[in-house]
Amino acid sequence: MLKSQAAIAGIGATEFSKDSGRSELRLAAEAVFAALDDAGLDPAEVDGMVTFTQDANQEIAVAREIGAGELTFFSRVEYGGGAACGTVAHAAMAVATGMARTVVCYRAFNERSGRRFGQPDARLGGQPTSQGLEMSWHVPFGLMTPAAWVAMFARRYMHAYGVTSEDFGRVAVAMRRHAATNPAAWFHGRPLTLEEHQASRWIVEPLHLFDCCQESDGAVALVVTSAERARDLRRSPALITAAAQGSGEGQMMMTSYYRDDMSGLPEMSVVGRRLWEMSGLGPADVQTAILYDHFTPFVLAQLEELGFCGRGEAAGFVRDGGIELGGRLPVNPNGGQLGEAYIHGMNGIAEAVRQVRGTSANQVPGVRNVLVTAGTGVPTSGLVLSAG
Amino acid sequence: MTGATPGATPGPDPADDELRELAAKQAALGEVRGTPAADPVNAPMIRHWLDAMGDANPAYLDRGVAPPAMAQVWTMQGVRPRGKVSTPVDDVLAALEARGYTGVVATNCEQTYHRYARLGERLTPATRFAGLAGPKRTALGEGYFATWNVTWYADGDEPVAEMMFRVLKFRPRTRTGTAPAGRREPYPLRPAVNGDTAFFWEGVSRGELRVQSCADCGRLRHPPGPLCPHCRSADRSYVTASGEGTVYSYVVHHHPPVPGRRTPFVVAVVELPEGVRIVGNVVDCPPEDVRVGLPVRVTYRAMDDDLVLPQWTPREPR
Ligand SMILES: [Zn+2]
Repeated sequence: MLKSQAAIAGIGATEFSKDSGRSELRLAAEAVFAALDDAGLDPAEVDGMVTFTQDANQEIAVAREIGAGELTFFSRVEYGGGAACGTVAHAAMAVATGMARTVVCYRAFNERSGRRFGQPDARLGGQPTSQGLEMSWHVPFGLMTPAAWVAMFARRYMHAYGVTSEDFGRVAVAMRRHAATNPAAWFHGRPLTLEEHQASRWIVEPLHLFDCCQESDGAVALVVTSAERARDLRRSPALITAAAQGSGEGQMMMTSYYRDDMSGLPEMSVVGRRLWEMSGLGPADVQTAILYDHFTPFVLAQLEELGFCGRGEAAGFVRDGGIELGGRLPVNPNGGQLGEAYIHGMNGIAEAVRQVRGTSANQVPGVRNVLVTAGTGVPTSGLVLSAG
Repeated sequence: MTGATPGATPGPDPADDELRELAAKQAALGEVRGTPAADPVNAPMIRHWLDAMGDANPAYLDRGVAPPAMAQVWTMQGVRPRGKVSTPVDDVLAALEARGYTGVVATNCEQTYHRYARLGERLTPATRFAGLAGPKRTALGEGYFATWNVTWYADGDEPVAEMMFRVLKFRPRTRTGTAPAGRREPYPLRPAVNGDTAFFWEGVSRGELRVQSCADCGRLRHPPGPLCPHCRSADRSYVTASGEGTVYSYVVHHHPPVPGRRTPFVVAVVELPEGVRIVGNVVDCPPEDVRVGLPVRVTYRAMDDDLVLPQWTPREPR
């Protein structure tokens, strides 16, 4: 079993900006250097690399740039931001099975100054691949941006549970409040009010501008090695107590509109059940959670799928301050992607490691276990990281 | 269905003369015999049909005759026709399609019964193209009325039933009104199509909303795929949906701009009574009037000279 065999021994990141002024490969290398320095490891010790299928920097290119030698393991994880925790899961499996000893997970992009994911791309439905055909049931109708795909779920969720735009807005407000006291966050010192959220322009109804996360340039890297070895390294390890990937029945990329229910995230339920099963823990055992927040409505659905509250109860959970620092389950103390930066979920994993170490700018007291999730609405992944 | 009332005739167009010429040529062919029915008039089919129609009258099977309204059933092409059997009507409809008259709605169907078809008789259809009228302005868009007659003959060249059929082939209206003459600007958001999905887009271009059905277990499926996930059958068929639906969820797109679209526009997940969902735009309705549960009906919009998209319009009179 994978439980607690591997650990995250180092984290690294570039600055989070709107225009890095550097190539994506350079960002990747900088983040990997920072993570290796954090772990106290030499680049020559890296023998494995994992990134997102979407990442533009090949493993071998990053290896050349950092001066790594031979690699014995390389892997990519599919499905957009759903890959984030999956990279750590693959790395942990490689370490646990002896495929590699020191695996670097990375994600680097100029998502704001380069290709922006929120912009419509008429080529999405162009080729008769399985994905192109899937997109072809949506793109011709102009349903072709992540905000629009998510908004379709959000409307049904509102209808099913009587949730309002203000309920979504409270998620954004909480994230911006957390970011306001995180010096690394883009929105450091810039909180948001619910009135500002409500007054922000429509992107795709029912989503306002501030229901959508920001776009960022930047990179994050993580170093995964065995738990045993991690204990001897510079930093206290963040044990990978559980790691899981999951897709649901009738799964599609952001457009799973054809299965029974459109008011939940079945793929996150798969991940949650696996994480609780592997870790032997439950919702009451985690002190803080990093929930993927590219769009506010899916934060609510995740709270329900992961068992932090019942179906349809997430809006109440948030209204009662449940996700705030000091609440029942502080969510994204770094400000999440709405507040800190959008690095496809990898900056959230780094924050989880800081929470386990006790070194976060917004440290939650007494953290033993942190739950982390990856992209929502897509096949996804999750982690439970623990102090060890 | 929306009234398709013939109206004033628009200005002359050289394409109209070509259509009229073709129509005259096809009419001059007279009655053209089709392929005889695959099966003779038989009891199992009659029993199925009576059952489907909720007709409990035992007289037909007792007397060994078919209900007259079944005439078409005996010679209907399967969903996957065994071979190309052309009638004089096909070329006219194809020419109309090619000129952008992609919408279709049946306006008249009159059947005349000469006698009952008897068990064991094999019927043969014969089609005569009767005429083309147009172009006319209608509520659905500019279009042509095409009329034809089908006569079903029993084995001995004896007519059993006749049918007069009339359809309106129309250029679906767009936001800007009737399509201008000549090539339209290509619509940039095109679907990828392959052998697993072509039937759907072909249906749409003929004004039919087709839902994949498994020829073995009968399950419906949308979006379609190469196999039946329930019974592994690769034997696919389709049903033509009634065209009614209910908005299950929807969005109003404002930002960023989408190629080929004017914002705001509405996209909905529509639930069909057939039991599947499908995505399309809600049109002819202010975005603020769209709601979950809104009853809608399919309508077909030509986005350019090649692509027709199924769209949805409120069913209740507004
Ligand atoms: Zn089947």
